[in-house]
Amino acid sequence: MSEHSTYVPGSAVEKWLDDRLPVVRFAKEHLMDFPTPKNLNYWWTFGAILVMCLGVQIVTGIILAMHYAPNVALAFDSVEHIRRDINGGRVIQATHAVGASMFFVALYIHMFRGLFYGSYKAPREILWILGVVIFLLTTATAFMGYILPWGQMSFWGATVISNIFSAIPIVGDSIKQLVLGGFAVGNPTLNRFFSLHYLLPFIIAAVVGLHIWALHVPGNNNPVGVDVKDSRDTVPFHPYYTMKDLFAMVVFMIPFAWFVFFAPDILGHPDNYIMANSQVTPAHIVPEWYLLPFYTILRAIDFNVLFINSKLGGVIAMGGAMLCLLIVPWLDTSKVRAGTFRPMFKWFYGLFVINFIALMYLGAQEAAEPYTTLAKVCTAYYFIYFLVILPVLSRIETPKPLPTSISESVLGNKAHA
Amino acid sequence: MSTQAEHTTTNRRDFLFVATGAVGAVGAAAVVWPLINQLNPDASTLALASIQYDVSPIAEGQSVTITWRGLPVFVRHRTPKEIEEARAVPLSDLKDPATDESRVKEGHEQWLIMIANCTHLGCIPTGQAGDFDGWFCPCHGSHYDSSGRIRKGPAPANLVVPPYEFLSDTLVQIG
Amino acid sequence: MIGSVKMNMHKLIIAAAALVAGLAMAAPAHAAEAGPQPERQAWSFGGIFGTYDTNQLQRGFQVFREVCSSCHSAHLLAFRNLMEEGGPEFSEAQVRALAAEYEVADPTTESGRRPAVPADRWPSPFASEQEARDANGGALPPDFSVLAKARGVKDPFPTWIFNYFTAYQEGGPDYIHALLNGYHEEVPEDAPHNSDGTPFQLPEGKHYNDYFPGHAIGMAPPLADGSVDYAEAENGAGVPETLEQYSSDVSAYMMWLAEPHLVSRKQTGFVVLIFLVLFAGLMWGTKRKLWAGIEH
Repeated sequence: MSEHSTYVPGSAVEKWLDDRLPVVRFAKEHLMDFPTPKNLNYWWTFGAILVMCLGVQIVTGIILAMHYAPNVALAFDSVEHIRRDINGGRVIQATHAVGASMFFVALYIHMFRGLFYGSYKAPREILWILGVVIFLLTTATAFMGYILPWGQMSFWGATVISNIFSAIPIVGDSIKQLVLGGFAVGNPTLNRFFSLHYLLPFIIAAVVGLHIWALHVPGNNNPVGVDVKDSRDTVPFHPYYTMKDLFAMVVFMIPFAWFVFFAPDILGHPDNYIMANSQVTPAHIVPEWYLLPFYTILRAIDFNVLFINSKLGGVIAMGGAMLCLLIVPWLDTSKVRAGTFRPMFKWFYGLFVINFIALMYLGAQEAAEPYTTLAKVCTAYYFIYFLVILPVLSRIETPKPLPTSISESVLGNKAHA
Repeated sequence: MSTQAEHTTTNRRDFLFVATGAVGAVGAAAVVWPLINQLNPDASTLALASIQYDVSPIAEGQSVTITWRGLPVFVRHRTPKEIEEARAVPLSDLKDPATDESRVKEGHEQWLIMIANCTHLGCIPTGQAGDFDGWFCPCHGSHYDSSGRIRKGPAPANLVVPPYEFLSDTLVQIG
Repeated sequence: MIGSVKMNMHKLIIAAAALVAGLAMAAPAHAAEAGPQPERQAWSFGGIFGTYDTNQLQRGFQVFREVCSSCHSAHLLAFRNLMEEGGPEFSEAQVRALAAEYEVADPTTESGRRPAVPADRWPSPFASEQEARDANGGALPPDFSVLAKARGVKDPFPTWIFNYFTAYQEGGPDYIHALLNGYHEEVPEDAPHNSDGTPFQLPEGKHYNDYFPGHAIGMAPPLADGSVDYAEAENGAGVPETLEQYSSDVSAYMMWLAEPHLVSRKQTGFVVLIFLVLFAGLMWGTKRKLWAGIEH
């Protein structure tokens, strides 16, 4: 994207550096001068908010690791030691725990923004796939992080989820033992999850780097979904979007701080204040809220299909739900990106959002009627949306006329207002 | 006049930017401080920064080694002979001149309380050994007298006296 | 156009809320087994402005010390915590004297035991889990350190949604208070029947409690009117010596024990929130000023 560069080294030293390692040029091109569509709305600020969330988790996580002991005998008390004795430890620990939830709030909003505005469509397929990879890595990181306090939910969550591996035919049990480092969740599991929980965020950061690289090749999608025609359609990233993103970050920090300071435990579960006990299962095992939609899909398959038993079927369904996200660029072949201009898509998309929230709600309910039937219905709609509705709509829907350029749409907007 | 008016408008426009930047800087500093402060000793460590010790069970001529802030500390109940020897030494004979009076508390001259690490390289000296009726460090051969002062060998300074005070005749608070 | 998208989002959110509400209405009546919902108490530490009542914590500590601690441990409690800000705030001399009444293990001493000092942890009443079980008819009295946060109340819809906005975090003390007041000398008439329809049978050595899951609790009623003497002169002036009062006091104490930094956390929270709102306002102004010349 060097064609956007306006960087002229000001001094001999800057010239010397620029000839050898053009970091200043790179920063100016990609963080300051980068031409960005001028019509992005606030749903587009969640990318920057996510970078902030990752930063908060890494900084607070490194601090927690300084005081945490990854050993089954010590882990629970060491987390309490952080809360009770470390200077500011209660707030730092709460920031990390609440931060995980806030991370997923931003992540889901970012994903659903992409799904509505068709941000996964050509030429941004790789950008989208990298995003889904980030989502999967973040989910794995969050899951392993939840094991570390070594409470009852940590232990039983790990037990339930690791049994997913045992659903794989023939090699399942061997894989499960490989993952756990034993026949059940125990000290080797805790130790390796701690190690991986520390490692994965840096891998996520690397993939985020690729994600932004892949963003900067075609440039941003935008709310009307028409390509940037000329420089009148864009503004430089800095100061316009740096300021807008920073403003959105500060606003995002308000509910974040509310939970950290006034209700740090409300997003967790009381059972995690009981130390892990392999002899007692909590009455009601619930994963963290952000895993619930996929947990519901896992549980919804409680019947055998041909030679596939219900357990393996649930795992396949959950994996399939994630796979749908990966291949959505080739399921939705409509030429129009933004849902705004797709009269039928809009309604199915709205239903999909509600359906996703319903899946989340159902994941926290016990396995009883009417929840089990509803879970099946909602799971079915999740798959039908991706596998049937999107491909069919691409063929039969007549989109509304698109504006010829971003500038025109902006002016039209003003005229209406 | 016109320049002044122009100046004022510029100032007014910039004020918002400057105020936002300043408030942001204050916020950033307020976030950074706790992230650094967490490195400081925590409440459970600070609770042991000061300890109380009852010296009454230590008979004359005996010493014990206790732990204070993770360091070994000698508590020595000196004999009159040891006190006399320590006070008879002229300051000019000392490598690190200090009177015996300055190393004990007035009225509690029999109690010598010192951090038990040799000032050379940190080994724990052996008690009542060496050439001066005090301590001898087996690592590199430093000799300390009955006031814990360095007399011979590679150590540069006297054994360190920690801050302490007697709360009563027998109860001492170290740190 | 963007406005219309925003409208759509609003509609979506409303529709989603309606769906969730619908689902919640469809909830089967499964709550009966768990017993009645514990009543919410007016805790001094409830809500975002709540702080601990020092006198109440001191009384609660007295109940804990004289009654609960003979069976229940609190291994994360250090004597020094009792004099820290935001807690019962006993004086240093009081805490030293209190600690000296207890013995702790110390392998560096001749006897292996010595009187406790403020830095020591509260000694456990039993040497091991097995010993604790043996002394309590096979049931293990849970450790008190974080117990108030390990218990909760499952609120029905829509209360649990409101809880996010009221920052309700007092389910633990509400449950403990209800439990201590929820004993019956005999199995009541309206006790839930077993799943096979036979009347409720209380196992040998158990006690009937309205709020305990399954209703058969190993702990005998620990408190009764007059079982603890509050010192008139200090923290007990005019405070009734009733089961209701004891259970409130000890529940409050247990909440402090589980969340000792609650007061300072909330105070910092106010500073942070006020700062963020102010800063967000400034950022908004800056952003608007910057974008003023751009059609977007």
